Amino acid sequence: MVGTVMLAALFSPKLSPISNLAETWFNILAAVAFLLGGTSLFVHHVRKVNQQEAGWGFSLVTLVAFLLTLLAGLLKWGSPPAEQTPEYAWSGSYQAEGSVLWWLYTYTMQPITASMFALLAFYVASAAFRAFRAKSLEAGILLVTAIIILLDRSGDGTWLTAGLPPAASGLTISSLTVTIMGTFNTAGQRAIIIGIALGVAATSLRILLGLDRSYLGSDD
Amino acid sequence: MLGLVLLSLRAVLLPGGFGKVYVVPQQSAAVEVAQLDNEAKGGTKSSAVIRWSECPPFAPNATLSWPRTLGLWTAALLTLCVFSYLFADNVGYKFAEALVVGVSAGFAMVVGFWDTIVAQLLVKLTPDLVRAWALPLLPPNQSPDYWYLVPLALGAMLFGRYVRGLAWLAQWPIAFIVGTTAGLKLVLVIDADFANQIRSTIVPLVVISNGQFDWWLSVRNLLLVVGVVASLSYFLFSFPGSRALGRLSRVGIWFLMITFGASFAFTVMGRITLLTMRLQFLFDDWLWLIDPSGKRLPS
Repeated sequence: MVGTVMLAALFSPKLSPISNLAETWFNILAAVAFLLGGTSLFVHHVRKVNQQEAGWGFSLVTLVAFLLTLLAGLLKWGSPPAEQTPEYAWSGSYQAEGSVLWWLYTYTMQPITASMFALLAFYVASAAFRAFRAKSLEAGILLVTAIIILLDRSGDGTWLTAGLPPAASGLTISSLTVTIMGTFNTAGQRAIIIGIALGVAATSLRILLGLDRSYLGSDD
Repeated sequence: MLGLVLLSLRAVLLPGGFGKVYVVPQQSAAVEVAQLDNEAKGGTKSSAVIRWSECPPFAPNATLSWPRTLGLWTAALLTLCVFSYLFADNVGYKFAEALVVGVSAGFAMVVGFWDTIVAQLLVKLTPDLVRAWALPLLPPNQSPDYWYLVPLALGAMLFGRYVRGLAWLAQWPIAFIVGTTAGLKLVLVIDADFANQIRSTIVPLVVISNGQFDWWLSVRNLLLVVGVVASLSYFLFSFPGSRALGRLSRVGIWFLMITFGASFAFTVMGRITLLTMRLQFLFDDWLWLIDPSGKRLPS
């Protein structure tokens, strides 16, 4: 019913306030879902610690980190008041520079997540080694495209093809990259986006028409 | 490993030290105006809100910040813990992993609480309380909007799954979330993705610019249209394809392979950039072995 109202609001401006209200309620429920997720995490790790399952020590680390972050953020621990209203102690931002939450984010969460993504550079390199053993025409196309883009983005492509005559300027690495990105890559990306859009639209319609109720736990 | 040990030794033996963060006090103009305003209204002089910002070690009034220094060392050691996974899965990596799970979950809950539950729900239900407590700049004389009791009730019903016998209550808010998402996504994808992408693909196949036939742009447009149609034909699974469709979808695979090759190259570049940033953090911010931006050099 709510989804139908969202759709109908497109055709009738009178329904748009209801649609906007439903969108705000959705945001609130999404935030409550985060609370639910946090509660679920808490319950899961408390059980692991209580029963001293394998790796319960790491569950304890997760629990302590979770509770500390939660307390620091909810109590605005170390957050100075807002500049315009210094007489209101709670008016400052919860992630103001110098607060405990800011400290936890800057010195624990941010470096760990960045390092984990950086770690993938090594695994991507090994994946590249496997992918670049071109055994078919398709793999060869992927290999050549990736090499051209990498050469261009690393800057080496510029001097590598600097000696080409003006008549062959379209064959420089930077020109090839422009053609690949502007034509071939755009065409492929566009087809993928259209395909995804059709899939999402079909799934949404199935839900709105009541043909798909798997989200309620049924087998339909 | 030997190089790392030698670099660390060099950092320890350096005369300027390493791994320290210095700060200077800063008071913004807005704070001073607010304090003067408060005093002019006859209020008591409020205690100054001092904000600190990082500075080079040689800056005037520079003070060593112990919390930030401790944070720098924590960040550096956690970075090394994560990188230790390259050798093998170990306690250090698992510790960092467990830590980031806890901090991320807590952070997401805090963001949801302050940005949505307080700023969108409590503001509507109890505006006076929120103004007196956390958002003093809220417009006064705002009356409560009791329609927002509905998301509050739906939110409470979500927790029904933890109560035996009341799990069915959670189906209502889930149905609301799924229904709204479906309605929103249907409109969004049809407009922004489906229609717009097709509209952008309808381009002139014969391009005339300045009265002359632009063959290069014409070829590129032709390739674009052929590429989109051919790539889409690869995703036709509903009926058995003819030989012509098979050939077209094979061309589509070539276009898709070029797209994947480009995406792969950008992923590699992105990860390597992140790696260099982490190494720069270790060698510049922590060990003070390099100084590419000249932030520790006296002016």
